[in-house]
Amino acid sequence: MIRVRNLVKSFGSFTAVNDVSFDVERGEIFAFLGPNGAGKTTTIKMLTTLLAPTSGSIELDGLDPQKRQNEARRRFGIVFQDPSLDGDLTAWENMEVHGVLYHVSHRHRRERIEELLNLFELWERRNELVKTFSGGMKRRLEIARGFLHTPRILFLDEPTLGLDPQSRNQLWNHVKKVNETEKVTVFLTTHYMEEADRVAHRIGVMDHGKLVTQGTPQQIKEQTGTQTLEEAFLALTGTTIRDESASSVDQLRQFARMWSGGKR
Amino acid sequence: MSAIYILWLRELKRYVRSRAQIVASLGQPLLYLLVLGFGLGPVFQRAGHGSYFQFVAPGVISMTVLFSSIFSGIGLLWDRQFGFLKETLVAPVPRLQIMIGRTLGGATVAVIQGLLVVAVCVIAGFRPVSMTVAPFALVFMVLIAIVFAALGVAIGSGLQDMQGFQLIMNFLVMPIFFLSGALFPLDGLPKALGFITKLDPLSYGIDGMRAVLIREAVFGSHVDLVVLAIVGAILLVIGAYRFSKIEI
Repeated sequence: MIRVRNLVKSFGSFTAVNDVSFDVERGEIFAFLGPNGAGKTTTIKMLTTLLAPTSGSIELDGLDPQKRQNEARRRFGIVFQDPSLDGDLTAWENMEVHGVLYHVSHRHRRERIEELLNLFELWERRNELVKTFSGGMKRRLEIARGFLHTPRILFLDEPTLGLDPQSRNQLWNHVKKVNETEKVTVFLTTHYMEEADRVAHRIGVMDHGKLVTQGTPQQIKEQTGTQTLEEAFLALTGTTIRDESASSVDQLRQFARMWSGGKR
Repeated sequence: MSAIYILWLRELKRYVRSRAQIVASLGQPLLYLLVLGFGLGPVFQRAGHGSYFQFVAPGVISMTVLFSSIFSGIGLLWDRQFGFLKETLVAPVPRLQIMIGRTLGGATVAVIQGLLVVAVCVIAGFRPVSMTVAPFALVFMVLIAIVFAALGVAIGSGLQDMQGFQLIMNFLVMPIFFLSGALFPLDGLPKALGFITKLDPLSYGIDGMRAVLIREAVFGSHVDLVVLAIVGAILLVIGAYRFSKIEI
């Protein structure tokens, strides 16, 4: 379903993704792990047409996402690392906008939105503005939205960041359910090893822009001779802490939080 | 088409829901209209130009449209931060449609805001020369709105942070306003200043408004129409190009 060969992305002299190759099969849940700044998000951005690769090839369901952008875009749904909802619209309206942008027909759209909002337990709150939602509810809404146009591939970039254990648990149950019932291929990144261990069929570990290893959680643990995935991860990527410098986006977010009194 | 419509509708919904902001954004035009309008009135009259209030009202209406439309474009900056921009950029819709939807939405909001100020002006005592031609003022309001909404998108596509926003505000938006003849007549100016005002697209918008509403024009309404249409078309192309180049 996803086929990546010798993918490279450089920003000036810095190589964020360095010669990465992997395959994800149809209906598989594939987890991408790696410390901060390993190149996970950059890889997802290239897979989802937001960034052009420096070199290498990508195929999504047999399509090159750079050459046939709109066709490729119809085939995947994405939940970004940071929120991408419109807080001044209601839950229903956020879904509606998405449905229209993805050419979901009017009747099908209504049915599907109702079904998904019910599944993600947001139906009761459908007419409330999203800015009044808790972090967990926003996440659920984003994931529900990602499924709206029945994508064949779902990208989840750290979907459980900042959620409490209850919401995380529930979220993964939903993702597994939809993966099984709709045969959606799921490509996710996370920092929570036990989640990856529990949810993913296969795992790729990335560090310094390179894919260090890939295989089933069991294989990776055996390969490193460790008991848990967390230990295996540390054995593969070392224990040094990676500091990312704050981008202008982070700074502005902080500014906005200051002015909106932390409402967003 | 449906993508353009839904993004246009989104801008409108956001506008209607921000009631506090609607009221707040009427504050500045009111201040200009009432304080300058009545405060400078006696001096203006003594200089033999007639009523300053009648003169400044079209300028204040245009100012409202200018600020509202240019900020809607720069609002891209907020969408970038709060992430909604990404949602639209990965959608299977040509970026041109997204840009047009946004621009038309911002322009519509600006025109509505302008009409609110028109109402305020009329209540405060503004009287157009003829009621039958007054609707043509709407044509100029729409043109001003499109020109500056497109300019806003062109700028907003490249903005990354708040500092950039301040820079644009002080070195672009305020000069556009002050050099447009919103507050003073454009004839008989010192040569250098007169030249600069001719480069400001808003000058033509305000001249057009005055031509229609109070029958006073420096360039003439036909020149104003042509200049605004051309500048608008150019800025739409630049805005669309810059928007298509956004990388997140």
